[in-house]
Amino acid sequence: MEESQLERENAMSEHIGLRGKAWFQALTGQNEARKEDPSSVLTADAIIGDERALFLCVIPNRDSRFPCVRDGQVGLEEGYTLAHRIREALNADKDKPKSQKRPVIAIIDVKSQAYGRREETAGLFLAAAASSDAYASARMAGHPVISFVVGQAFSGGFLTHGYQANRILALDDAGVTIHAMHKEAAARITRRSVEDLERLGQQIPPMSYNVQDYAKLGLLYQLLHVESLLEPSRSEVDEAKNAIIAAIVDVRKGPADLSVRRKSPAAQKSRKAGIAARALMEHQWKNV
Amino acid sequence: MIEANVIPVFVNRGSFIELSGRERAQALFDKGTWRELVGPFDRVVSPWLPMQGVAPQFDDGCIVIKGKISGKPAVAISLEGAFQGGSIGEVSGAKMVAALDLATIDSRNGKPTAAILLLETGGVRLQEANLGLAAIAEVIASILELRQYAPVITVIAGTVGCFGGMALAAGVSSYVVMTREARLGLNGPEVIEQESGKDEFDASDRALIWSIHGGEQRVEMGLADDLVEDSLHGVGSAVQRFVRAGKPTQHRSEQVELYRRRIVALDASSQIDPLALREQWKSLNSKERTR
Amino acid sequence: MEDIEFEYPNAQRRITNRAHIGVVGSGDMEVLFEPSEGAWAHVSITTSVNGFQDAWKVVFDRFFSRFDGSVLIQVNDAGATPGSVLLRLEQAVEALGQ
Repeated sequence: MEESQLERENAMSEHIGLRGKAWFQALTGQNEARKEDPSSVLTADAIIGDERALFLCVIPNRDSRFPCVRDGQVGLEEGYTLAHRIREALNADKDKPKSQKRPVIAIIDVKSQAYGRREETAGLFLAAAASSDAYASARMAGHPVISFVVGQAFSGGFLTHGYQANRILALDDAGVTIHAMHKEAAARITRRSVEDLERLGQQIPPMSYNVQDYAKLGLLYQLLHVESLLEPSRSEVDEAKNAIIAAIVDVRKGPADLSVRRKSPAAQKSRKAGIAARALMEHQWKNV
Repeated sequence: MIEANVIPVFVNRGSFIELSGRERAQALFDKGTWRELVGPFDRVVSPWLPMQGVAPQFDDGCIVIKGKISGKPAVAISLEGAFQGGSIGEVSGAKMVAALDLATIDSRNGKPTAAILLLETGGVRLQEANLGLAAIAEVIASILELRQYAPVITVIAGTVGCFGGMALAAGVSSYVVMTREARLGLNGPEVIEQESGKDEFDASDRALIWSIHGGEQRVEMGLADDLVEDSLHGVGSAVQRFVRAGKPTQHRSEQVELYRRRIVALDASSQIDPLALREQWKSLNSKERTR
Repeated sequence: MEDIEFEYPNAQRRITNRAHIGVVGSGDMEVLFEPSEGAWAHVSITTSVNGFQDAWKVVFDRFFSRFDGSVLIQVNDAGATPGSVLLRLEQAVEALGQ
């Protein structure tokens, strides 16, 4: 029997977190969390181009004391550890001139946020907010913040780890998905079949699960083609590094906010209605 | 042209929850000082909903009202919970971001302008998926810009509550006001039951839901700032108080060391008793925040 | 999803105000009333529930048998019953104050 697209994607989803770890190692030479940190959060300072950068990645931890994060979900410990390490870099560089504030590079392959009662009880929303705050604060202080999506980037997990970046890069592959909700859950909630959702995604770019359609929304800085996601070749790693370096240079030329996401040529097309709403709001605001 | 926007007197004594998203926002302002921006007559609707056979709303479920609260410049951004669950789409998200950014510009130019976010929302509008998610990321970014200059006050009154990505917007706000009926969390009970099973969270157990997500629990946990009565006076006076208070000395989402300590101290070997956790966290408290 | 239009050329009384009523919740609708461009009324309905064109006509015929303002009426509907539709229209007239 022919493998359905969903089956293929499910097979790829078993690789969640492995791609993150593989790319973290390829870019930093390290593959373990600092001993004070939970083993689900890899952070390291490493050289990229001619400067030191802080790299961060969330991976599965099968032995986590929180059962709902063992498959690579972003939970309480993950959110606050990310926030802690980012703020540590923020503080260390706070008196440096903008051109010397180290880049903060998020490598992303996260299934979702953690779906657990412990997490909700202990305020997971705030752990996510704290991490999002730390990333944004680094960006606002002048650190170039780059997100590199090498696998899945879903909903609360992506908001927590990566979506505050100045620039987002992604690998161009069927195993790379950026979206608000996994297909099965989205199908259930919207009372459609998965096939319906896939078909809708072809007509309606923001609903698509295909990263090439995501690229049309104008939010992505670059889509990178790589043959092997799990075992990139030396030249592919170098290509990724160069793309990240180019993104860093691009960031340092512009403002620290997220306005670039509205101004790209693709955004001018795909986000027309939102852009028009903003322009009208600006016009009417002045007249009150 | 005359706008017919009079709130009947009886409403002033009544429930805040029973008001529409528009009425809630209007009710917060000093009389005669407010105006709605990009309202229904401008018809800036979602381009995506009609493509899927879903009727749009002329304001896309987001109401922006600018005026004065306690004599100070303020903007209220209110989500209509009855339209698509208050979810964030391309247009509603853009309106929220634009209003926050304009308040920031005014604030930077010497006119501090508070923002009040009335959040009745399940998060991303799935019919707009990636544009909704991107908008929420931008809302978070814009709150973080504005709160440097003026308070960002999130009000969650119910009955939808504040869930999904927009719970992060509440998390980065300067102050959070909740009623008892209101709920705040990243994941709602149905989603947790769906993803992790009924043992993890029985979505039909209302007492369980409010014991974890409800306004009283969140305020007692220190995750929200004020528990108010479901009335115009209750909500309105809390908002006025926080507008006058201005920025807090530190924001909750910046208190990373405090929360790391709290999470380290969590016994995750079994489900956590919400009432016991209140006490545990009060004993691991930071210094008092500005009220 | 259906778009339905009606004209009422006998609704000729000049209207200068505008009104907005309602929410596009399940089983509900919103409506805008604005001055028409000429001495007639025009109705545009966008509804997510198909197949009820006749029912809409009955409701609006009844409404315009009592209301003679030359208005542009726009409706976004998510399944309001005829009774609810009439209620919303009456609320709009009251809000209009004309």
